[in-house]
Amino acid sequence: MTPLAPTAAPHAWLARQSRWSWFEVVFWLATLLPFFLFPTYLTLASQVAIAALFAISVDLILGYAGIVTLGHALFFGLGAYTVGLLSARLGWGEPISGLLLAGAVAGLVGFVASYLIVRVQHLALIMVTLGLGFLAYELANAMTWLTGGTDGLRGVSMWQIVGTFRFDLWGYTAYTYSLIVLFLGFLVSRTIVNSSFGLALRGIRENVTRMPAIGSDHSWHLRKIYTISAALAGVAGGLLTQTTNTVGLDVLSFQRSADVVVMLILGGTGRLYGAILGAIIFLVARDQLAGVNPQYWYFWIGLLLMVVVLFMPKGILGFLAKLTGRRD
Amino acid sequence: MSNLVIVLFDGFAFGMLLFVLSVGLSVTLGMMNFINLAHGAFGMLGGYVTVLVMRQLGLPFIVALPAAFLAAAALSIVIERTLFRRLYRAGELNQVLFTIGIVFVATAVATYFFGTVQQPIRLPAWLRGTVEIGGIRFGTYRLFLIAIALAITALLVFGIERTRLGAQIRAAVDNQRVAQGLGLNVEQIFGITFALGSGLAGLGGALAIEIVGLDPSFAFHYLVYVLIVVSVGGLGSITGSFVGAALLGIGDVAGKYFVPEIGSFLIYLILVAVLLWRPLGLFGRR
Amino acid sequence: MADQQPIMLRTNALRKNFGALQVARDVSLTLPRGCRYALIGPNGAGKTTLINLITGRLKPDAGTIELAGDDVTATPAAARVRKGLARTFQINTLFPELTPIEAVTLAVSEREAVAGQFWRRLSTQTEAIDEAFEILTRLRLADVATQPTRTLAYGQQRLLEIALALATRPKVLLLDEPAAGVPKDESAMLFSVIAGLPEDISVLFIEHDMNIVFRFATRIIVLVSGGVLVDNTTANIRTDARVRDVYLGHGAHG
Repeated sequence: MTPLAPTAAPHAWLARQSRWSWFEVVFWLATLLPFFLFPTYLTLASQVAIAALFAISVDLILGYAGIVTLGHALFFGLGAYTVGLLSARLGWGEPISGLLLAGAVAGLVGFVASYLIVRVQHLALIMVTLGLGFLAYELANAMTWLTGGTDGLRGVSMWQIVGTFRFDLWGYTAYTYSLIVLFLGFLVSRTIVNSSFGLALRGIRENVTRMPAIGSDHSWHLRKIYTISAALAGVAGGLLTQTTNTVGLDVLSFQRSADVVVMLILGGTGRLYGAILGAIIFLVARDQLAGVNPQYWYFWIGLLLMVVVLFMPKGILGFLAKLTGRRD
Repeated sequence: MSNLVIVLFDGFAFGMLLFVLSVGLSVTLGMMNFINLAHGAFGMLGGYVTVLVMRQLGLPFIVALPAAFLAAAALSIVIERTLFRRLYRAGELNQVLFTIGIVFVATAVATYFFGTVQQPIRLPAWLRGTVEIGGIRFGTYRLFLIAIALAITALLVFGIERTRLGAQIRAAVDNQRVAQGLGLNVEQIFGITFALGSGLAGLGGALAIEIVGLDPSFAFHYLVYVLIVVSVGGLGSITGSFVGAALLGIGDVAGKYFVPEIGSFLIYLILVAVLLWRPLGLFGRR
Repeated sequence: MADQQPIMLRTNALRKNFGALQVARDVSLTLPRGCRYALIGPNGAGKTTLINLITGRLKPDAGTIELAGDDVTATPAAARVRKGLARTFQINTLFPELTPIEAVTLAVSEREAVAGQFWRRLSTQTEAIDEAFEILTRLRLADVATQPTRTLAYGQQRLLEIALALATRPKVLLLDEPAAGVPKDESAMLFSVIAGLPEDISVLFIEHDMNIVFRFATRIIVLVSGGVLVDNTTANIRTDARVRDVYLGHGAHG
């Protein structure tokens, strides 16, 4: 055995895990393609970017920390209504401060909810997340005077971004803006998962019973990531309101909570690009198939889910990574 | 006063419906820890089988009920053998997603064949109308529903406490490894329990048509109720499911009647509160 | 020799019942600094339960636990680890998808309270990584440091159990059958690693192979039906008739 020679080896290996790859650079350049190739689909592209940000927020808790949630639309909806109410009721339509506030409100509620989340596991955890989601939906439904109920909130209008860029009819501004916010959210998430905190989260996912045995107060880690995730989901929700100028109850629906988990599973959990890929596949497929018949759409997505769970447990991206022999 | 009695009665009847729909899931979850979100889809299947048997074959309602039970039980055996078995060790997320996939497919298939419209059935005359007891009119069908649910409860309790299969099921719920060590064929016991539970869900779906209607959203909508019953009552506990279902049924009906503004909100509040207080449910042991 | 050392771990009349079954009856132990003690006893004697009680995975019904003079009976498990009480598990309790360097770095950074830093890249936590790699090298795991744990040979996973415990810088280390499932020739190697642990760590290990126990332990505690039957030096135990009856008779070859 060589006496403590190359300590550089593990450092280099760990550094390599978080280095930007060519694949990533190409991917982010490709996100600009819709401007040139599909200018008529820019609205859809914004929807994809928003869904991807939402899926990333769920990936942080589900894919990295192993908290299964079926109620994350709670935070998405909170963000959406924060921005909507700010504009429709208080007349404040400045986009960037609106987004920050959406994130702050959702993050604050997420922080409070995280104390409940860390108390339960397994089925009880799923049911608590589900229950909180339904609770928020029914609350918003009951408070029609504030939220507009099922008819949606009227009178939302956004000011120009940094006082210069108006939200146009074709969605150029909306997509540019959504893409920038997605990229920033991605950078934050990427920093988190590549930090020692990200490592601790993966430790919780891999073996939660071992964590106390290495001296870890893992419930504090969980509360922290849950809060961060809620804030990101809130930003995504706020973005939806800003790019569509409307908020309906559906932002809080169980459907939205379930869809985002489905996207994540399709793409692959525990890898941020899985969340983005899943959002692209899900929304583009829905756009193409739902035109034919919305019922077929759920048939195919259900079938796809079953196939992915049985044959590609790490999602489509994980499946591709295996085919090409990359570690992650 | 009579309003209160009627609300309690209707709520209890609704609760009994939820009990029939959910008791199977509670027992199978307690045994295999397999989170089967497709349980509501078996209920929906029972509903559509009832509609077909009555409309296409012209058979009476009372014949359609066992048909609904058998159809759901038979299909569940096929699905358990071919698909679910691969997922027992796959982790809860995979189970949740796979079975949600089944619900999606089932909903789409139901829409393909029946459309999104409600499927009403025509009850036999002896189940229609009301019965007057002590000056208060009770719905005949609801009385029938309660009677069936109580009979099922009695059968289940007797079956679990007194029969050989019941003893094996109890052993398997208590401790799978020990049961296996005692030479019990846990897989087979589970298969039978699963079929019985799904059959009951099918029966519940058939019974539900008159109370809550039947359309392709049934599988999802009632799944939420079923899950609340199971998680509040506690896994693997028939008593728990019974109490949980009765509470939820009464709470839901009473809430919507007396405080319609927050009625539907109340049940979720109670759900979250109960689970935080007792994460294993009111009657859960592990 | 170890007897003049300060007491690092002391349990006073620990008691635990599972229903009607008494799994720990008034267990009182003392581990001085630097000790190498063995805990033996037939299957079901409550050895693992005792470790679970000491480390805080289970709550005792009665009795107290002192770590380096502090009462830790009510201290949560994770906090006990940070105070210097580490353990390993009889059944591998590792992080399957993490590599050894990641797992041990995680344990080190939890100890140094830097595991919550979400803004700093993991690869810049140089000191934690250095220390982790040093531990892995000491436990002969340097070659596999960057392979996922699930791909490691079983014996290497047993060593990683110990590496994770060492990364918490324990004062007291409880090893629950460190060589469980390891072939005989390899288990001697594993115990030579254990024998080479820093001298100031107090070690209590559970082990069934009496040859190994006699070779590596200076004192042996025999647990039967949840109670301490004998607590004596290795030399005295060799000749103790009771131990031979209760334990060695069945356990020596198993």
